[in-house]
Amino acid sequence: MNNRKKPILQVKNLSVDFPIHKQTIKAVQDVSFDLYAGETLCVVGESGSGKSVTARAILQLIVNPGKIMQGELLFESLEGAVDIAQLDKKGKQIRKIRGNEIAMIFQEPMTSLSPVHTIGHQLVEAILLHNDISKAEAKSQAAELLRRVKIPNPEQALNSYSFEFSGGMRQRAMIAMALSCKPKVLIADEPTTALDVTTQAEILDLIAELQKDEEMAVLFITHDMGVVAQIADRVMVMYRGQKIEDGLVQQVLEQPKEAYTKALLNSVLKLETPPMHAKPDAKPKTIIDVKDLKLQFSSGGGLFKKPTLVVKAIDGVNLTINEGERLGIVGESGSGKTTLGRSLLGIYPPNEGVINYTRKTGEIIQIEKANKATLKSIYGEMRMIFQDPHSSLNPRMTIFETIAEPLRANTDMSMAQMRDRVQFLLEKVGMPSEVANRYPHAFSGGQRQRICIARAIALNPRVIIADEPTSALDVSLRHQVLDLMLNLQKEFGIAYIFISHDISVVRYFCDRVAVMEKGKIVEIGDVAQICDAPQHPYTQKLISSVPRPDLKYRKKPLLQTTMAYGDV
Amino acid sequence: MSDSVDLDDGSELLDQQLTSDRMVVTSQWSLIWYKFRRHKLAMIGLTVTLLIYLIAATAGFLSPSVPSKFQPKFTYAPPQTIHFFKQNEMGESEYFPHVLGYKTTVNPESFKRSYVIDETQVVPIGMFVKGEKYNFLGMFASETHLFGPIDKKHPFYLIGADRLGRDLLTRTLYGARVSMSIGLVGVALSLVIGVILGGVSGFYGGIMDRVIQRVIEFIRSIPTIPLWLGLATAMPQDWPAIWVYFFILIILSLIGWTEIARVVRGRFLSLRTEDFVMAARLDGVSEMRIILRHMMPSLFSHIIAAVTLAIPNMILAESALSFLGLGLQPPIVSWGVLLQDTQNLRAITQAPWLFVPGICVVVAVLALNFLGDGLRDAADPYS
Repeated sequence: MNNRKKPILQVKNLSVDFPIHKQTIKAVQDVSFDLYAGETLCVVGESGSGKSVTARAILQLIVNPGKIMQGELLFESLEGAVDIAQLDKKGKQIRKIRGNEIAMIFQEPMTSLSPVHTIGHQLVEAILLHNDISKAEAKSQAAELLRRVKIPNPEQALNSYSFEFSGGMRQRAMIAMALSCKPKVLIADEPTTALDVTTQAEILDLIAELQKDEEMAVLFITHDMGVVAQIADRVMVMYRGQKIEDGLVQQVLEQPKEAYTKALLNSVLKLETPPMHAKPDAKPKTIIDVKDLKLQFSSGGGLFKKPTLVVKAIDGVNLTINEGERLGIVGESGSGKTTLGRSLLGIYPPNEGVINYTRKTGEIIQIEKANKATLKSIYGEMRMIFQDPHSSLNPRMTIFETIAEPLRANTDMSMAQMRDRVQFLLEKVGMPSEVANRYPHAFSGGQRQRICIARAIALNPRVIIADEPTSALDVSLRHQVLDLMLNLQKEFGIAYIFISHDISVVRYFCDRVAVMEKGKIVEIGDVAQICDAPQHPYTQKLISSVPRPDLKYRKKPLLQTTMAYGDV
Repeated sequence: MSDSVDLDDGSELLDQQLTSDRMVVTSQWSLIWYKFRRHKLAMIGLTVTLLIYLIAATAGFLSPSVPSKFQPKFTYAPPQTIHFFKQNEMGESEYFPHVLGYKTTVNPESFKRSYVIDETQVVPIGMFVKGEKYNFLGMFASETHLFGPIDKKHPFYLIGADRLGRDLLTRTLYGARVSMSIGLVGVALSLVIGVILGGVSGFYGGIMDRVIQRVIEFIRSIPTIPLWLGLATAMPQDWPAIWVYFFILIILSLIGWTEIARVVRGRFLSLRTEDFVMAARLDGVSEMRIILRHMMPSLFSHIIAAVTLAIPNMILAESALSFLGLGLQPPIVSWGVLLQDTQNLRAITQAPWLFVPGICVVVAVLALNFLGDGLRDAADPYS
């Protein structure tokens, strides 16, 4: 362990306020922490906990109308110690520190790179801004940086535009840019949240490696306890703008002191312990039978032009869904899992293949050939839950109107009957029935998702296609929503098709899992078999990339004591 | 967080967000109003617009005369100034509102009249005086004017007179009626066409969308003035004034709908892909209900903004047409009709006050544009 006693960055009693509509939201209240060279400090918390605002305050990058109300941000800069909080937001001094000594990478690599300049141009510009060297030298440095972040063919990549890169490559380019001036501190604000798990693992490795080479301090903001367990030396937990707890990663994860930290960890660890999985029936009744499904998207067509670009979203899928079963479909973005889910509902017409749906009465309907009226009658039995509970509820309709909409369209219930039914449904999803007359914006994400579930079960469906129903929610809410869905299944015998990129959620929820890659199902089987003994190399890679919130799986050595740093 | 709801398993603690209570309980319309009020220029626009419409509605009462009353003796008479005090025989000032009359001389060579203010001719004026007959709000006849000469035969031209010695102030106030109403009614008509075609275009997309968009582009590419001219010449000369009014309305709407259709299409396009619309479709809701019940409420505020921005275009178009003599014809009084007088170069050197209706057009158009800008910014309070 290194023996530097002096922290490179000291945050003391930081408070940030956002005055909005005559009242003030205290985004950060009285937060203090130290950051030492060479260490990784993870800041964890849910959305709205103030973790991002804290990070942005360090670089004076708080968006209007936010303001640093009090506190010191003491930074050991090359020119001696400075209090960043005292610097002018647009002044020369802070600009010298930004990018040069403290660099930042953001969540969304698409929006942080300019689409109209080449990667090389942006890199060279960043290098020239802080170094006094010639353009040719800067260019060779840029190529060297791209090589270090493991972008293949760096010379060629210099001339590419950001949209030619995948998400992971873009994040690599962002890291290269952040590293271009050898910063002493790297602030990473959820840099892997928008990425697939396999890419996430690569980026995390890359950051760790670069950190080791440069003795860089990393302030890593995340909501993912798995990531924390894998990379953090120390952890700081934030909740509603305040620091709840901090300490070494093994202390915080294994012996949390505060109730909030315990609750947060429990909600994550609960997903690690799967509930009872149903034993497969000897003779399961098939509800949906998919044979050789193929679906292509084409684009580039016009009024007088044939479409040119063709994407094979689903490329020969065979799948059966049995009554009362929970089938998971996992895959990375672009694997075709959402398209598959939607084509089961007849939203996208397939190019080839058959989707047979067996109704309660035993009648078999070919969904890809069904007309509008037939589809409408099936929509009562097959329902869908969307990923984003904010956009799937109409902001101009009350909760009652939203949940009653399928009843109105498919039954001839009277108003009073609908009121009763909605009240019953709200109780079923754990919401008090008084909320029926409110509008969706009065509810948080988890509550909204409950409302969406109430709408989905309004017509006693047989199958629910849930498209990433938990990925827009905070970790602490995920298992609540999943447990709700499990309870509903026990009560009403619903079959779920659960589409997700998150293996831990799938492991918790599903009986059977299908792994999709590039429009094909590469492996399908029982959840235990897929998660513990995957056969296909893609599945193996996928499973091993998932960061688990358990120090057992950690590769990075743990710091044994904080004494090496002096006090704390 | 008084609004949070207790959840069954006691982890309510985790399920709270930093939302301010005020934002949670206010309705959409009060949010729009809140945002709108902060837009200073838009508030000024709103005030001025309301004032103009109020003036237009009560023009008969506010104006000192009626637009058709002419006195050839006072052709191009210059504006008079109101004097409030008069010196009596004792040499003391006393309150006596009045204007001074004119002494007219006619140049025997050019027949050009020149007016000199005549200190000896005192025209007493007052509030709520009896004057020419008019219909108040089109409902009941009245003779009472807010202000005017005590004796209606006396000359009273606050902003001057026109070629036939008619009071320009009266005519401008009456002109507001036609000019401002043609904007409203014309936009109502374009709104119907625009919302239907724009809605179809945005909701169904595909071939329909392409065809409608190409039609809009075609219409917008036609130079407007020749198009109006062409359409206006198709109008029979002997039509009564009210028919002409509606014919002009239709001509203006035939072009005006394109802008509204584009706004509506854009909103439909972005709403169509929203999850809640897909959810409604999967609920088995009919297409008509999806459009009217699920999409329209989100569009409403945007449509209001688009409409407000379309009214000034209508007003400008009407003025332009009437100015060219192809729109409304006398005896209808509109700002454009009044501006026809300014086509005569000699008339405007002699009587520059004939431009006053033009100033009114500028004020009205600016006020409506500011109002529309403010509405557009406030239309989406959740953004």
